[in-house]
Amino acid sequence: MTVGLLPTCLNDALFPEAAKAVVHLLRRLGVVVDVPGRQTCCGQPMINSGYLDEAVPLLRNHLAAVAGYEAIVVPSGSCAGSIRHQHRLVAQRSGDPALVRAVEQAPPVHDLSEFLVDVLDVVDVGAYFPHSVTYHPTCHSLRVLGVGDRPTRLLQAVRGLRWTDLPAAEECCGFGGTFAVKNPDTSIAMGSDKARHVQETGAEVLVAGDSSCLMHIGGLLGRQRAGVRVMHLAEVLASTEGLASTEGRAGPAR
Amino acid sequence: MTARDVVLARVRRALRDVPPEETPADVEVVRSGPSTAPLTPGHVELFAERVAQYRARVVRCVPDDLVATLVPLLEDVSTLLVPFDLPRGLRPAGPRHIEDRQLPTGELDAVDGVLTTARLGIVETGTIVLDHGPGQGRRAATLVPDIHVCVLWADQLVAGVPEAIVNLDPTRPHTWISGPSATSDIELERVEGVHGPRTLRVVLVG
Amino acid sequence: MSATFVGMPTFPVAAGTALADSQLRRNLAHATSTIRTKRAEVVREVDAWEQLRVAGATLKDRTLRHLDVYLEQLETALTAAGATVHWARDADEANRIVVDIARLHGTDEVVKVKSMTTAEIGLNDALEAAGIHAWETDLAELIVQLGDDLPSHILVPAIHRNRAEIREIFLREMERVGRPAPADLTDAPLELAAAARDHLREKFLRARVAVSGANFAVAETGTLAVVESEGNGRMCLTLPEVLISIVGIEKLLPTWADLDVFLQTLPRSSTGERMNPYTSLWSGVTPGDGPQQVHVVLLDNGRTDVLADTVGRQALRCIRCSACLNICPVYERTGGHSYGSVYPGPIGAILNPMMRGVGQDAQLDALPYASSLCGACFDVCPVRIDIPEVLVHLRTKVVDAHRGRRPTPQDLVMRAASWTLASSARTARSTRLAGLAARVLSRRGLRSAPGGRRVLGALPRPAAGWSGARDVPLPPAESFRSWWSRAGRDAR
Repeated sequence: MTVGLLPTCLNDALFPEAAKAVVHLLRRLGVVVDVPGRQTCCGQPMINSGYLDEAVPLLRNHLAAVAGYEAIVVPSGSCAGSIRHQHRLVAQRSGDPALVRAVEQAPPVHDLSEFLVDVLDVVDVGAYFPHSVTYHPTCHSLRVLGVGDRPTRLLQAVRGLRWTDLPAAEECCGFGGTFAVKNPDTSIAMGSDKARHVQETGAEVLVAGDSSCLMHIGGLLGRQRAGVRVMHLAEVLASTEGLASTEGRAGPAR
Repeated sequence: MTARDVVLARVRRALRDVPPEETPADVEVVRSGPSTAPLTPGHVELFAERVAQYRARVVRCVPDDLVATLVPLLEDVSTLLVPFDLPRGLRPAGPRHIEDRQLPTGELDAVDGVLTTARLGIVETGTIVLDHGPGQGRRAATLVPDIHVCVLWADQLVAGVPEAIVNLDPTRPHTWISGPSATSDIELERVEGVHGPRTLRVVLVG
Repeated sequence: MSATFVGMPTFPVAAGTALADSQLRRNLAHATSTIRTKRAEVVREVDAWEQLRVAGATLKDRTLRHLDVYLEQLETALTAAGATVHWARDADEANRIVVDIARLHGTDEVVKVKSMTTAEIGLNDALEAAGIHAWETDLAELIVQLGDDLPSHILVPAIHRNRAEIREIFLREMERVGRPAPADLTDAPLELAAAARDHLREKFLRARVAVSGANFAVAETGTLAVVESEGNGRMCLTLPEVLISIVGIEKLLPTWADLDVFLQTLPRSSTGERMNPYTSLWSGVTPGDGPQQVHVVLLDNGRTDVLADTVGRQALRCIRCSACLNICPVYERTGGHSYGSVYPGPIGAILNPMMRGVGQDAQLDALPYASSLCGACFDVCPVRIDIPEVLVHLRTKVVDAHRGRRPTPQDLVMRAASWTLASSARTARSTRLAGLAARVLSRRGLRSAPGGRRVLGALPRPAAGWSGARDVPLPPAESFRSWWSRAGRDAR
């Protein structure tokens, strides 16, 4: 099957290794991957800040980009959630009935973990990652998309991976898009508690399905010299024997 | 325009999006009705357990032992308020009985305890419901005294809140009691004993 | 005049102060985690919890969509039951009604059941200005009133105080307004509760007029409900000769039978109990039992503005359980005062701007942004208010209200981002520029984060908000898209 991969604007510009990992992983599983040439950003940063008019041109661009694909895969619970639940709102705002129709007819969008478990029906993706790992279920994948235990099952099937539960895992890390800069003190207070819980696990690697949250938690952990690495779920699932212990150490982290 | 007219006009203006032909029944509400399943001995047991979890004292007895059961429960009560219509057979010896015939509040405050019956009991929540009918006293009677002893028959129990609501008469005042007066206002930890009776004793008959 | 929310700084500023209050942080973390655990346990017991949530939401929607009908029905039922019904457009009108009734009965004091609605309208100050003392009788409200403090939580207005602080307030202030606290008072909650009992009892026994709110008002039967724990509610509802209940017009339910849903969901969601200690239900006057003069004030005060907002209307389903406050990671760290209103937390962040209007007041306009949109509030809401949805909706209203005014830095950033991201060519160009800049920067011996990624440390404004505490990842030399065009598309 052919899918369109939306790398997300954040991964494209700042965390390309996460998006590359999706390409490698899906190809390994026999999926034909294409990247819609025109696609840029789903518009969530504008929508969640209240700039609906500013989100309209992004929506038009997005819909033109994804048209014709069988399915769309996004390595972000947050972006997938926005596309699934907020695009209709933006289209309605535009007052353009054609745009509303285009949203309704857009191909189905899946977060990576949903695509693997629900569409490809795999849990063991054949990955090898001999490190201790803890997992932060990001709010939008957990509560907006409802991915449930899919990421956990995927990770726990990874060979060599040593799993540790994250205390207060379901509590928000405090990123929240523009919240992180509009309310930096509160965001940092929330993030510090999340970083503390991560350190309590003793895990070497913190994994999540959203690079945005990882940028925030990882930025705090890094500033504290905590010695904990953050990685996107896709990067762990893409790791295989021979890659995981060497390249994994120096490469796809942030 | 009176305030009434203005508020109602504002409400109607705010609801312009509601189609004029829509009725309240058109707004679908999915809910389960009260259960009609009969209660089991297990329910009676559970009710006693749940009342006790609020740190109320629960004593069970057979009907013939009711008055004898009440005596030790009133040991620390020397003046006992009784509703004027409390059945004669429910008046244990021991404390001095004071019948409540619209006693002034100050006198209610001077008695040690009050003895009443109840309208029904809710198993799921361990709640006693008074509708202040015969034997249950007016509302102040079970409020001002510091000890409330309440007699409830097992056949007065209902399974849950929906079963209670359908069995109650909305024209009467109701007091639902789940354990002694309590507060969680200090650090959200529950402690028993504020303005209502600090001690609740329940006799479950049958 | 007591403490006031008027003139509070905006949320980010107030939060900054609150976050630095170590005692507040500990008090809130302890209290909210205690109540969250209790709630989760008693909610887990109920198999049909989700059905109850849906039933509660749809019952409230039914009421709200036909509110005019139900308000008139309630008025009729109450009048038939011997109550006098008053209508109030706003806070001033409601306060005037209460003052007039109190004066008519020649009293200089009223006892009060805890009521968020009376706090909202500033009733105590209005009474005080008329020479009438308003005695708060709920333990937490008493703590707030004695401490000349402001409420910081819907259910437990003194949640920001711990036992040691409460003891000090009681020892210092009780004697000023009545029976003093015992000199040997300790900070044991049981002793503090007993001190409140003794202090307030003389007021209960003496008062001739009481003021309450109501948790629910049943249109069909004229029944009002007050759900409480301590018995102070029962005291006020039962002992005085005159009872005045101020009822927001969103408190209505169609029928008596509808109470069952909310009497199941409210206690479990608020105090985390199967049932709260006391629930009082009454309709008008009961001869020979309780107040013989019963007044009900139906209050608008901005509620019809919320009703008119088809997205925000759902906020009027709120039954003031405060589960959203207790679960909110922002509330837990910043406390209720940061929200600058008697309605704090997630529900306050949507109710206040809707009741009082957006686009005129920076404090109100900042509230919809006081959330990371994590969605935990929606999950615990017993009437399924989609608070994140309403927050985003209100952010849109705030932005729209400012369109045409001088653009803020945020406006400019969003416009520029919109222009860039609407085109893949422009996006690619700006990503390439960032990569170039990164290459220049990376020559300056940067630090590496675990995993080897080059990072920047603290940067000056405007990047300081992010970089003050978080490392900034340097953009990679090659974006994903560049990699895709160069190698990725054809790589195996």
